[in-house]
Amino acid sequence: MRARIPGVDAAARSDLAVLLPSRARDRAPGRPGDLAFSRWLGSTAPWRLVLVVALVAAWPFAAAAQSGFTMGHAFEALWRWLPFLVTKGFAMNVVISFLTMAIGTAGGVVLGLWQVSPSAAARRVAWALTQAFRNSPWLVLLFIVMLTFPFQVEVGSTVIFIPDWTKAVFGLSLPVMANLSEVVRGAVQSVPTGQWEAAESLAFSRRQILWRIVLPQCFKRMVPPWMNWYAILTMATPLVSLLGVEELVTLSRQAMEAEDNHPELLVPFFGFALVIFFAYCYPIARWTIALERRFAVKL
Amino acid sequence: MSSREATMNGPDWDPSQPIVSIRDVYKSFGELEVLRGVSFEVMKGEVVCIIGPSGSGKSTLIRCVNALNSIDSGSIRVEGQEVHDPDLDKLELRRKVGMVFQQYNLFPHKTAIENVMMAPVLVLKEPKGEVEARARALIRKVRLEGKEDSFPGELSGGQQQRVAIARSLAMRPDIMLFDEITAALDPETVKEVLVTIRELAEEGMTCILVTHEMGFARELANHIYFTDRGVIVEHGPPATFFTEAKDPRTREFLSQIL
Amino acid sequence: MIESVQAWFRTLADTHPKWNFIYLYDPVQTARIGEGLWMTLQLSVACVVFSVLIGVTGAWLQGSQHAAVRAFVQGYIQFFRNTPPLIQLLFFYFALGQFTPTYSPDGWLEVPIISNVGWAIISLSFFAGAFNVEIFRAGIEAIPESTREAADSLGMSRLQIYVYVVLPLAFRVSLPALNNNLVNLVKTTTQAIVIAVPELLYQLVSIYNDYSTAQNACMLLMFVVYITLVGVLVLGMNRWERALRIPGYGG
Repeated sequence: MRARIPGVDAAARSDLAVLLPSRARDRAPGRPGDLAFSRWLGSTAPWRLVLVVALVAAWPFAAAAQSGFTMGHAFEALWRWLPFLVTKGFAMNVVISFLTMAIGTAGGVVLGLWQVSPSAAARRVAWALTQAFRNSPWLVLLFIVMLTFPFQVEVGSTVIFIPDWTKAVFGLSLPVMANLSEVVRGAVQSVPTGQWEAAESLAFSRRQILWRIVLPQCFKRMVPPWMNWYAILTMATPLVSLLGVEELVTLSRQAMEAEDNHPELLVPFFGFALVIFFAYCYPIARWTIALERRFAVKL
Repeated sequence: MSSREATMNGPDWDPSQPIVSIRDVYKSFGELEVLRGVSFEVMKGEVVCIIGPSGSGKSTLIRCVNALNSIDSGSIRVEGQEVHDPDLDKLELRRKVGMVFQQYNLFPHKTAIENVMMAPVLVLKEPKGEVEARARALIRKVRLEGKEDSFPGELSGGQQQRVAIARSLAMRPDIMLFDEITAALDPETVKEVLVTIRELAEEGMTCILVTHEMGFARELANHIYFTDRGVIVEHGPPATFFTEAKDPRTREFLSQIL
Repeated sequence: MIESVQAWFRTLADTHPKWNFIYLYDPVQTARIGEGLWMTLQLSVACVVFSVLIGVTGAWLQGSQHAAVRAFVQGYIQFFRNTPPLIQLLFFYFALGQFTPTYSPDGWLEVPIISNVGWAIISLSFFAGAFNVEIFRAGIEAIPESTREAADSLGMSRLQIYVYVVLPLAFRVSLPALNNNLVNLVKTTTQAIVIAVPELLYQLVSIYNDYSTAQNACMLLMFVVYITLVGVLVLGMNRWERALRIPGYGG
């Protein structure tokens, strides 16, 4: 029988956590240890990347050589467009992912701490927001934000145009925020209730317990899932092409149009888009898993 | 410190009255009745042991004394101050009641000495230098010189438990609660923890222990309470408690454990 | 009754041009939403079924003796897990779609044998299937060797051990992750809009494009319908998980 710490303890967690120091906590679903995606990506040997590239590149050669415009021409076209696609296209995806992550993290921390607030009302509001944004498809949130938010604001007499991509950033931040809110809540709740009780019996206030005892302990545990969500977010950035934001997929389509839309262009251009995302997310995943392993040993 | 004592003591408490007085306490967790009318008193400087089979409510009882658990009815007074009072300043109460747990509950991200210093610095707002000197003295007192800068994970169970005791003492409590503090330890490290508690008792600290160490209870306690299913079945000074137990439940328990 | 509600919304649309709930009084638009919802459900069910089949098959192939087979499964998983599903859809439909044969029902039109809906099902099933392979494999590996040995020592055959001991336990271990993935899959079906599959999101967006006054109403419905859809799914999955839970097994 343990004391109830509002918002923090789930029944009987403390007993388990004490008996099974790290494993039970880490394996519980939704806990910060839940890194399925990164574990996946990171467990790939580097040579497989090369293999994938080779496969993607080799496939169409078999079916090539139909008309005058050969697969060779198509790859030549890709080579010409490559610098443009990377510096104007993929760079935009990266910028969007950085900004989204910054906003999403700030919102997620606030929402997550509300979820373990002693006030039941704050907990309920935070829970509802978290669930709403976590459970709706990213694309739906993007559409709603893109179409309902104003495209210009008037401050006094000056009119400020809001570029599409800032709205896209905001739209993507919502699900990121909700998922990071769950990461924060899970991390706080993964600290055994014994820690709260020991601090309480030493007359710490709730704020002191949270900031001095609990958060320092679970900060490290939040880093790997945070990076995991970054990778997932990065993979979601091509969605903004559906709303006309100029990023890799949009520019790839424009480039193919400029090359007269030969069907031979499709495999190299979309194949390149697949590969560059793989190449970007793969090291992040490796790093995430390395960090998680290191922190797990320390616990 | 003088202002603190003035505000903390209940209006009509003087040291000749019980320092802890528990009257007719009831407590249930949902359907489960854990305490069903428990009463007893502890005088300043006394060492009281609570024994009994697991699930008899003894841990819950002492957790109610520093308001980690609430009670449903009855009264618990610490230095004349009602604990079962919605307006109670829990932080004030916890400054004068120290508690040590079965699972130590040291803060794993802080070294031994930081664990000891944290509460006086953050809660009592005492100057760091002063607290550090006191913390070093306390670490010496629990015989852990040289372990000041070790993290809890680097210490044995017995060592961790002694740091936990020092951590509580750093708040200069009037009463110490010990909740089965040797239950998770290896037999050989139990002794070093018990030695520390004996010294505390000899210095006149008021101690309430929930324990399974019968030899220890017999040697050190002024009074022993036996609880079963939420009530105190039998109590008495150790001299008579172990030899002249009347209730069949007490005798059965003692025959199993001794 | 229904007619008065329709009339009320029609008046609302006249008086408040921003709140034109056109799908509540115009049967044509109502039908479009109904079709969209039906398409979303079909797409979801088909993808769930195929992705689970792919997962089971893949997990079985991963236990193969041949390194080549294992490497092939690995390659498949890596490719689909580590690239954005949106680009996968584009790649399948546009890039691979050009190599599939076409037929001609009337001698004039060239109709590809795989429609955009077909490609969406294939692409999304392979995407979710890649996650499922790993989920099932992890479930099988989570069963302790001692449990197998215990069954072995009772004289059970290899097949019996697999069918009566390992699979029922592995399935329960996999279930939370599987459910997560399937919920995610249903959310991902919205991305089929990129190849013009007429599912719910597509229909709502096109209603909004046709009637700009219906913008707010469409956004509202979009949010509500998907939250409800996913909410019902999550609830159902959780209940299923709870029903299958063995007391004291796996925290």
